[in-house]
Amino acid sequence: MIVRVNRAGLLTTVQDRGRWGYQSRGVPVAGPMDLVSHRLANAIVGNDANSALLEVTLTGPQLEFTDDRMVAVSGAEFENVPARVAFAVSPARPLIFGPRLRGARAYVAISGGIDVPVVLGSRATHLPSAMGGFEGRALKSGDELPLGPPKGGHYVPTSGVSGLSRTIGTLRVLPGPQRDRFAADALDVLQSAPYRVNAESNRVGYRLSGPQLPHVGEADIISDATPMGSIQVPSSGEPILLMADRQTTGGYAKIATVISADIPAAGQLAPGDEIRFVVCSPADAVAALKAQEDMLLAVERT
Amino acid sequence: MTRIVPSGDSVVLIEFEERIDPAISAAAAVVAEAVEAAKIPAVRDVVPAYRSVAVYFDPLQTDQPTLIRRLTALAEQPPARERAGRDVIEIPVCYDSDLGPDLPSVAAFGGVTEAEVIALHSGVTYQVLMIGFMPGFAYMGTVDSRIAAPRLEKPRPRVPRGSIGIAKGQTGIYPGDAPGGWRLIGRTPVRPFDMSRADPFLFRPGDGVRFVPIARAEFEQRDSES
Repeated sequence: MIVRVNRAGLLTTVQDRGRWGYQSRGVPVAGPMDLVSHRLANAIVGNDANSALLEVTLTGPQLEFTDDRMVAVSGAEFENVPARVAFAVSPARPLIFGPRLRGARAYVAISGGIDVPVVLGSRATHLPSAMGGFEGRALKSGDELPLGPPKGGHYVPTSGVSGLSRTIGTLRVLPGPQRDRFAADALDVLQSAPYRVNAESNRVGYRLSGPQLPHVGEADIISDATPMGSIQVPSSGEPILLMADRQTTGGYAKIATVISADIPAAGQLAPGDEIRFVVCSPADAVAALKAQEDMLLAVERT
Repeated sequence: MTRIVPSGDSVVLIEFEERIDPAISAAAAVVAEAVEAAKIPAVRDVVPAYRSVAVYFDPLQTDQPTLIRRLTALAEQPPARERAGRDVIEIPVCYDSDLGPDLPSVAAFGGVTEAEVIALHSGVTYQVLMIGFMPGFAYMGTVDSRIAAPRLEKPRPRVPRGSIGIAKGQTGIYPGDAPGGWRLIGRTPVRPFDMSRADPFLFRPGDGVRFVPIARAEFEQRDSES
């Protein structure tokens, strides 16, 4: 009933859908960088959508099991690891990730889910505050994680869902709540050329290099909530895309917000990757989310 | 309330007058509680800040105009009853100079003595204006202008848990060891965030808070117990 970590990979954390409901007390949401791949992996092994699984970053782990389980891996693709299908693991059949093929983050769902303690309603790991997950930290070799009882029998042999989109670097945005803190042409500037994800990027956010976004007046605002996907711009003019481990509030003006349907694609970006931002309409944003939801529901109801 | 604006496709922001003012933050806290109490099925989280309330929602369960209409009605409705009266929370503080290494610079800022810094800091009732930065960190105001010293130019890499800091018009308690740039004037044995308590959070937005000076011996004893 245990998964043993023989090799942890670069940054592997336990994540459910996030710690919702405590942001008013300063508790960040955390959760997966790519919620779609998270949901898909859980659906394929018949887990509940909020089951805790492993988020793998850039280099994969080596995992051993003490009993028979079904596993699904979604999101980033790796050699030697079947993508988006259910496969069996056992004490005799460990899961050994090969080199990365594409994408940045893979989601490893194990039937029964990872049964770490629930902290404030969630098993998600928030790295900056060392909350939740396995001892509040990324996994290390030698860790042993408890697994829950599998629901039994219901696996999706093949999801029929295609791999990562080739347009992964295009992210649709809506104008942000402090759009008026920037020059009149700022949204045009944002769309004028690609931004590069800097090395100082992590689960909190991505620092981006590209066309500068000058403010009209001060960059600082009276702090307010910082939703995932917000593009905030400090006085340097270099934007930061806020991701899963962001703080609950922040004091920089936000020029735009990545639409919910495209945040999972942002979660598949790594330092060095490029992003092209495209402004869309609120109706487009909701339609894209609806289409994504229909795809996920089709797998979950298989 | 002045307006409701979207913050992406799954958050709307109820905004109030644009300044830091305990009365405005109190109004935001009341609206946030009203939104939470309404238990709107599509709402996932409610996040009050200094002058705003962010409402996180599922855009597949409701559409934004419908939600904004509902929130407008909630925000404009006077609260059905007075906000449940919460007592002023008393926070014991030891203001010894090794626990408050920035007492001299705060005193120099205001041209007052260190004893006057302590008297000014502990002489008023503050209000929790916003909780953020890290779990349980309450931004409180308003600090007397004579001791409202700005942040350090160079933040400390590690501020000990329980440290009491000042940053311009605001004061706060570091809930856990963290980097920080606020000027430190003392330390409390009280834990603003403690998972071992039934309610891990000491503060709610809008709460009243008063700092009470204590002697070193009491600090040491209570700090070792908590």
